[in-house]
Amino acid sequence: MNTKSLGKAQGFGLAILTQFAASDLPDRLKIRNTVEKMLYLGSKNGFKLVATASRSFKSSPQATDSATRLNAQKKAGVFDLSLSDEQQMVRDNLSRFAREVLRPAAHDADEAHQIPAEILSQANDLGLIYYAIPEQFGGMATEQSLVTQMLALEDLGKGDFSLAAALFTSVSVANVLTRYGTAEQQAKYLPAFVENTPLVATLACIEPTPIFNPVELKTIATSTGGDYVLNGEKSLVLMGQAAELFVISAELDGEPTLFLVEGGTSGLSVAAEPAMGLKAAQTARLILDGVRIPATNKLDANYREFLDLGHLAFCALALGVGEAILDYVIPYVNERIAFGEPISHRQSVAFMVADIAVELESMRMMTWRACALAENGQPFHREAHLAQILCADKAMKLGTDSVQLLGGHGFTKEHPVERWYRDLRSLAIMHNALSL
Amino acid sequence: MNLENPKKFAMLVEQAHQVAENVLRPISRKYDKAEHAKPVELNMLASLLDGMNEGSDQAVGATSTGSGSSSGTDVGIKNGSNMSAALGIMEMCWGDVGLLLAMPRQGLGNAAIAAVANEEQLQRFKGKWAAMAITEPGTGSDSANIRTTAVKDGDHYILNGEKIFVTSGERADCVVVWATLDRAIGKAAIKSFVVEHGTAGMSVTRLEHKLGIKASDTASISFTDCRVPAENLLGTPEVDVQKGFAGVMQTFDNTRPLVAAMAIGVAKASLDRTRELLKDQLSTDYAHLPMQASYVEATLDRLEAEWEAARLLTLKAAWMADNRQPNSKEASIAKAKAGRVANEVTLKCIELCGAVGYAETELLEKWARDSKILDIFEGTQQIQLLIVARRLLGKSSAELK
Repeated sequence: MNTKSLGKAQGFGLAILTQFAASDLPDRLKIRNTVEKMLYLGSKNGFKLVATASRSFKSSPQATDSATRLNAQKKAGVFDLSLSDEQQMVRDNLSRFAREVLRPAAHDADEAHQIPAEILSQANDLGLIYYAIPEQFGGMATEQSLVTQMLALEDLGKGDFSLAAALFTSVSVANVLTRYGTAEQQAKYLPAFVENTPLVATLACIEPTPIFNPVELKTIATSTGGDYVLNGEKSLVLMGQAAELFVISAELDGEPTLFLVEGGTSGLSVAAEPAMGLKAAQTARLILDGVRIPATNKLDANYREFLDLGHLAFCALALGVGEAILDYVIPYVNERIAFGEPISHRQSVAFMVADIAVELESMRMMTWRACALAENGQPFHREAHLAQILCADKAMKLGTDSVQLLGGHGFTKEHPVERWYRDLRSLAIMHNALSL
Repeated sequence: MNLENPKKFAMLVEQAHQVAENVLRPISRKYDKAEHAKPVELNMLASLLDGMNEGSDQAVGATSTGSGSSSGTDVGIKNGSNMSAALGIMEMCWGDVGLLLAMPRQGLGNAAIAAVANEEQLQRFKGKWAAMAITEPGTGSDSANIRTTAVKDGDHYILNGEKIFVTSGERADCVVVWATLDRAIGKAAIKSFVVEHGTAGMSVTRLEHKLGIKASDTASISFTDCRVPAENLLGTPEVDVQKGFAGVMQTFDNTRPLVAAMAIGVAKASLDRTRELLKDQLSTDYAHLPMQASYVEATLDRLEAEWEAARLLTLKAAWMADNRQPNSKEASIAKAKAGRVANEVTLKCIELCGAVGYAETELLEKWARDSKILDIFEGTQQIQLLIVARRLLGKSSAELK
């Protein structure tokens, strides 16, 4: 990534917040104070690098008796695909950020197997984390914003799949804590996400097993003397080496269960685990060898709902990549001349492009529907299940067709399609690497 | 954001489903066997539908699409007649797609009239059952190249030519006929005319024997010096080379989502029946990811996912029409997806059910025959992809042929 785009990255989040604050939207949305808080936090945090040192979490004296939950949004009763003003504004800004900052950085980040620290720090300025954290813990969430987060992932995905995934791991853990955490867990961990040096956290829920079944885990938790002891291996943990807090799935008394494990806990070791794609998200292998954690670190999660929300997060990301594919292949097939005319004049090429649009829109409708139901507090398992099946299938078709359309050129690193091909293969595999 | 069926149409959907289950299903096989027999049972039902559609934005047929009209209670986003028509058609075609096509006064010609007729014409043709006549022996999908001519003669047009594949061409009261005022000018000269049965020079020459939708008659109609009143020309009589084909083609933006809705309905019939027949083989409540499911369960889940996507794309296209957003691309996306998905679903369901699915004791084999036409008429799969591709790539029909 060149210096110019780095500089752009640094200024971008602040520019977005300033633009937002200057418009009349905050007043109309009655969130002026929250926005000003975001501006303040944004400017304070914007230029610091992410610390990798382990951090000590303090149990907060503010801990209340009951956990804080975000209410479902009101169900409208009208079929409506339009976005709210706030959603549109988030969408416009993140799309720009994706196109102008993430896209130019994607190639080098993939080669370097690393997300540039400067881009990671933009996650703070973008304010995404504030949608995941209730007001009393320093965020701005007053109700469920699942659809807004889904749109944000879609927009970030337009820039780059693995950079977007890397930017969303902490948000994912904050979502899990807000949704399932006890009062004590929330008070202890949530404020750390909006501290001067924001907490980096991630989910570790995939295991290195062929035909992996997320409800039959090989990582085992046993109850010992009031603590839990975890043993097993977790695979493809996004930002695994940078994370200071993990949500880890393990089988407890035959049931898949989620646990909070802090980085630096004895018996926990992390190593790089490079894979076909998702390289900028720095996939890592996690080994748990007698990791002892207090009983209070067990999350009381609805595991099936957690699985569904994880699938939907990856579906949302794939939508953005699909959009990027269309942005890229359309000018390519129009400009590429063969046999005396643009190859887009051939039906075999044109139909492949049309099919990308048809299936991308199919993926979008399925993902949007499941997320809208979830945000409205309705049952959404069937819809999430079907969305996952469709997206896993069609995302790979989009990936492979995008390389095919560019032919031999698509096979080289001169074009981003081979990277999308590698990244999109993960859709069917990544169960709960992220969570809405 | 909300992608559930509108609450205000819940009653309509339920009523349409009841009709499909209690009126259409019981006579489904009868009219599949008795091709060319007129389903008299539909007459009463058609009157009932007329009543339901009268002065309401909750249409279950093709008649009231196009205007995007809606009751005044919604401010901003509207769920109107395009959506209610799509939802109603899905349910009716869960019952029987051939019988829906044979339903008096719900023809695609009615949709064409609703889309392009002026106020006076709307009044004059109100209550008439209108079929749609575009295709000719020499022109299938290439509808800009039709040879039927219309020559102005005083206050009449004289039509000459032959039309084929006219759905309800024999039973309808009138036919909306595409004809060219001047072949040399091309597409811009193509106009549509309402020709009433009984007009001298118009005759039904043939009824097709078909793979499916046998309850619906498919006619060939010839026009020999057929004099049609000039006021039966739909839209403007002027030949506007700039606007070209757009006038007659805009009908399709409204009717394609409806044909997509038919595909959704027939595919749902197959999915429901297959799940019923295989219930001992399947988990309840979508408990297994594909990798952990049996082949049968994984296949059905995949088909249902494809079906659900097609359904939502269809509702999106209808929603855009109701909210007066240009939806040409989305209408074609919905039609392309729904057509191919319905065909795949109905065929695969037979495979999963084996001999039970293939034999005439079940309707599964009939639905698989019926579904094929839905990927062909109102624009084939390939025509839909051409339309989508031209829009995406910014190509003209001369560049991307």
